[in-house]
Amino acid sequence: MNIYVCLKQVPDTEATILVKDGKSIQEANIKWIISPYDEYAIEEALKLKEKTPGSTVTAVCLGPERVHNALRTALAMGADKAVHIESNVYLDDQNTARALAAVIKADSTFGVVFTGKQAIDNDAYQMHILLAENLAVPVATNVTAFAVEGPLVKVQREIDEGAREMIEMSIPCVVAAAKGLNTPRYASMMGIMKAKKIEIKKITIAEIGVSEAQNKVQLLKLSAPAEKPQGRIIPGEPADAVKELVRLLREEAKVL
Amino acid sequence: MANIGLYIELKEGVFKKSNRELLSLARKSGQHVHAVIFCPDVQPYMEELKGIQTVIQVNGTELTYQPDRYAQALADIIGEFKLSVFCGIFSAQGKDLFPRLAAKAKASLVNDCLAVDLGTRKAIKPVYSGKLLAEYQIDDERALFTIRPNVIAVEASPAANVPEIKPFQLNASPVKTNIVQVVKSTAKKIDLNEAEIIVSGGRAMKNKENFVVLEDLAAMLKAGVGASRAAVDAEYASADMQVGQTGKVVNPKLYIACGISGAIQHFVGMKTSKIIVAINKDPEAPIFKKADYGIVGDLFVIAPLLKDELKKIL
Repeated sequence: MNIYVCLKQVPDTEATILVKDGKSIQEANIKWIISPYDEYAIEEALKLKEKTPGSTVTAVCLGPERVHNALRTALAMGADKAVHIESNVYLDDQNTARALAAVIKADSTFGVVFTGKQAIDNDAYQMHILLAENLAVPVATNVTAFAVEGPLVKVQREIDEGAREMIEMSIPCVVAAAKGLNTPRYASMMGIMKAKKIEIKKITIAEIGVSEAQNKVQLLKLSAPAEKPQGRIIPGEPADAVKELVRLLREEAKVL
Repeated sequence: MANIGLYIELKEGVFKKSNRELLSLARKSGQHVHAVIFCPDVQPYMEELKGIQTVIQVNGTELTYQPDRYAQALADIIGEFKLSVFCGIFSAQGKDLFPRLAAKAKASLVNDCLAVDLGTRKAIKPVYSGKLLAEYQIDDERALFTIRPNVIAVEASPAANVPEIKPFQLNASPVKTNIVQVVKSTAKKIDLNEAEIIVSGGRAMKNKENFVVLEDLAAMLKAGVGASRAAVDAEYASADMQVGQTGKVVNPKLYIACGISGAIQHFVGMKTSKIIVAINKDPEAPIFKKADYGIVGDLFVIAPLLKDELKKIL
């Protein structure tokens, strides 16, 4: 099976994010990682490849030059090929989905396409579904269990607290990974060496026919939210402090 | 006047309280508001739907939620009723349904909005897990927004007018993404995304069994139980309980953090809570800088005391 993984490079979860010119962020001191949900996607793609002889995993990533590192990591984990869609501009989700779909559609025999349920930078929660619609294939999101049974993909997805939907789809399809699906592997030394030798295929958004001018969702402004003023520590013996806390929650905060 | 549409979400026939936020937002816009509701009988919900103009009742033989079918019906409704802006709740179902609708209705979507101007189609949403806010504007022919629960003030309808009910037939068309079964959790859990109160535990819980201390407190408060990434990674709590950048982003009116240090990873998942209470043994824990109220002490002492104290008043 020709398995695909779409991933995004994002700032590390511990990074402090500062606004640059009202529309972008200061990148100077940022450590870039693969969006955590995309790591689950990579792992599940590799597991499927291991179970399905003759399969390949192709990692696809859209972004500037720096995303090579994310693709190298995916290759080091065990992906076979990588495609870098070069873009230095803000693209909305519809545009991004079209660009990713163009790369995958170029392979008429694509199978399961894995991606994360959201990227932890824009938190847009939609690219995977738009991608599936562009590919004209079914999609399940927030997936915590995945299996292939004959011609069908069977997944579980978490909905409201603890409840799960059991979903069946035919292949090809898109699967958007959530936490709990698996534990992503670390790249081995051998994997890292091997990854260095694999050529990353490049294609520009211009070659695909996607541009910033086609955006329908405009980013007007980025800003830092107002910080909360520092609260107070309630002193005293445990029993007294708890009494005072309950009083404050009722009378001052009015949340009880 | 523009035509505004709302997707009214029912959960097993129960009107979700976040629908009231959608209705409050839409009524204020002064536009023609259409509420779309999938149900065999709309009467039980009409009291809630006062003050808008039209209720579109979607009925058919296959009313059980199937994302493809629902999205197609909503896309058809958006076309037929010429709805230029369409809003829903940023819930588990909203997250699944609205992107599908965006694709089918040739519309653009902004999810997880904290504020929406239905006239200018501008919306503010958290990005980088709330470390920043982004303001977007939709230029597309049709604009879709999902709204984070617990952010819009609910206001009673100023007008008592009863909306006109228009029926819409749901086609039992075949589905590509087929939900064959919904398995409910045996434990009756409160949905963290929409919970009004959350009690969360961190690494200091020490093991899975100790979470019963928080569950007791939560039961008293009718609260949901959450956990930090440290607690989930140590397998003290299940992944669906995780609050934080790689878990759920929650927005309750009261968040009680027990034995949680307050790493930014966790903080961004709960920082918009109206009131944050921190209970931690370590007076230097960063959580105290972010909490409205803090008690320095052992959670295994404080949480049961808090439960007993609440018992007196609740």
